Amino acid sequence: MTSPDARPEPGTASRYPAGSAAFPHRDLTGLAGLAPWELLFLLDEAEQWVELNRQPHKRVDRLAGLTIINAFFENSTRTLLSFEIAGKRLGADVVNMHVAQSSVKKGETLIDTAMTLNAMHPDAIVIRHQSSGAVRLIADKVDCPVLNAGDGQNEHPTQGLLDALTIRTALRERGREDFGGLTVTICGDILHSRVARSNIHCLTTLGADVRVCAPPALMPAGIEAMKVTPMHDFDAALEGADVVMMLRLQQERMEGQFIPSPREYRHLYGLTPERLAKAQPDALVMHPGPMNRGVEIDSTVADLAGRSLITRQVEMGVAIRMACLEVLTRKARGLEGWA
Amino acid sequence: MKTLAPLTITNGRIVGPAGEPQAGALRCADGRVVAVGAAAAPQDGDRVIDAKGALIAPGLVDLGAFAIDKPAFHFGGITRAALMPDQGTVLDKPAAVRFAAQSGKPDLWVHPLAAATKGLEGRELAELALMRDAGAKAVATGRRWIADSGTMHRLLSYCAMLGLVVVTHSEDGGLAGNAVATAGEMATRLGLPSAPAEAEALAVARDIALAELTGARLHLRQVTTAAALDLVRSAKARGVAVTAGVTPAHFMLSDVSIGDFRTFTRLSPPLRSEADRQAVRSALADGTIDVIASGHDPRGPEDKRLPFADAEPGMAGAETLLPLTLGLVRDGVIDTARAFALLASNPAALLGVDAGRLEVGAQADIALVDPDRPWVVSSDKMAAAAGNTPFDRQGVQGRVTALFKGGAAIG
Repeated sequence: MTSPDARPEPGTASRYPAGSAAFPHRDLTGLAGLAPWELLFLLDEAEQWVELNRQPHKRVDRLAGLTIINAFFENSTRTLLSFEIAGKRLGADVVNMHVAQSSVKKGETLIDTAMTLNAMHPDAIVIRHQSSGAVRLIADKVDCPVLNAGDGQNEHPTQGLLDALTIRTALRERGREDFGGLTVTICGDILHSRVARSNIHCLTTLGADVRVCAPPALMPAGIEAMKVTPMHDFDAALEGADVVMMLRLQQERMEGQFIPSPREYRHLYGLTPERLAKAQPDALVMHPGPMNRGVEIDSTVADLAGRSLITRQVEMGVAIRMACLEVLTRKARGLEGWA
Repeated sequence: MKTLAPLTITNGRIVGPAGEPQAGALRCADGRVVAVGAAAAPQDGDRVIDAKGALIAPGLVDLGAFAIDKPAFHFGGITRAALMPDQGTVLDKPAAVRFAAQSGKPDLWVHPLAAATKGLEGRELAELALMRDAGAKAVATGRRWIADSGTMHRLLSYCAMLGLVVVTHSEDGGLAGNAVATAGEMATRLGLPSAPAEAEALAVARDIALAELTGARLHLRQVTTAAALDLVRSAKARGVAVTAGVTPAHFMLSDVSIGDFRTFTRLSPPLRSEADRQAVRSALADGTIDVIASGHDPRGPEDKRLPFADAEPGMAGAETLLPLTLGLVRDGVIDTARAFALLASNPAALLGVDAGRLEVGAQADIALVDPDRPWVVSSDKMAAAAGNTPFDRQGVQGRVTALFKGGAAIG
């Protein structure tokens, strides 16, 4: 852990300590407990990759010779693709492993799989798993950095970071930089959402005011302890918001009926142009995808030029994942100050 | 069978039904206590054991263990264990009950709890009278409640007639769903499926109402929340034949302990809030809770080295049952006599077995206990079949120095 003394003075040239003290963790299992400058360090590191990704030639050899395993125990298309592209653009050898759902839940298979992967001497393992805490369990058993690509309903740290980076780029275009005083409304299935948890940790740590909005059945108990304001009335939650982040209904995680119907959900929590008008005039619209158009978000809002950041989120995702992979492999690559 | 010479334990402190332990001796012959206190003195030919100031206490009667794990039971001073019906072969037939009842003898007596319903599925009543006559000492619903109130009503009225206590699991299954934690800040931070603590009070309220209606004797195996304990307290005040139990986990730990996704703290019911933990301690002090049991459920890595929600619930509790209960004595929550009432005489009375008390004529199930001896719980050095204890590396005080079943020394 970083000692409190390591925190840089406000106004100093660097926003974070030098060398590995800027991010003194082997793994990225979650954003909970990370210091503000650790988050900013990763965001700043990602900027160069945003630039690179916009060039015609998008490949560097920074991670040449390194092996990255993407072990996905839960179905994923977008996140897996994003991590694969990130690793390849850094020059690493990337292999993807899809693990059949049925064989995982039994006995020691998960640990056995982790040990098997470890024996192949990867330089980083990216893991997605359907159970909260599973990534940390694997991280304890392997010798290389582990990146959490989403574990159950716990965390999805690269999503939290990419959302913060997306917001920051949009703020800069408007002459702002700081998250302080920013009001972010996260609306949707908070209960089942690891995206919401990582975003809450990230945004509150960076100084934003976060409102979470959901019907009672989709609002986890005691969420106010995470320094957010829980609300049930979407119109009130939108009032004066600078950023509106919509979440998908995770029907696959629901046991039993949480809402009467998609139509009724849209009636109360769908982001329509009329609703969006209650937020700040230039409020930003975000969605981690995949979207249910016509349910939690109307097409006209999702496609709103200049306001909707949904495709930019995807773009930032690759850059953030490149930054995380590059930073976490610095020790193995013997980078000065990190070895 | 070789007859044992009479046994006299001298220089001990005898744990009685009330008050502080009294210095004295205890003599037993033919497997039974024949003299206690001042009247007890060794006679020619006796085996004589100097207790060296240790407590002379009744062997523990563990109401509700999930496995017969003799080394762990003996380490913990347990001489009788009521076995939950949730076994590989569910205890829902007389033959299974008869086999289980014989499985620990001679040095551990197992009292099977008959499955209330066939296969513990909560639908059809099992053959309770036949199982009673095969040796079942009570009836239990197993790890889950019986969802259908009509079935529960019929079960309780039938058991009232048979004179069998019904041991229940107090969690409303509909509200609990697939929860592995109590709803609240910790479960929310971790992203674990959770259910409101009120799931317990709902089940307790229903089962008390039905017990009151039918006159059945109801034992709520684990009551872990303030709201449910209030229901038990008021039912007892009305004279309802209800008793309540708990395991040390719920008076020692709150849900803060699940913070690291440590599956050894994955229990059923799940760990509760700190306020509920304090309510359990108050209920132990004021007599609302009648039984402390181990809930002994040794689980190996194949059940526990998994993500939290995928792991099986349960802890290996037999070895820590006594020291953690004696911790309540040191904390001034209860006195020594009440500690052994909770651990031995109350559960024995519930099961209707002649044990748990050191009186003339009682079975000579005796534990010598050094209540102050310190030791450190260590998951990888336990006597139990598996080391899944949430108290790993914790220092405790109180250890059994000798154990006798029917006057015969164990180990």
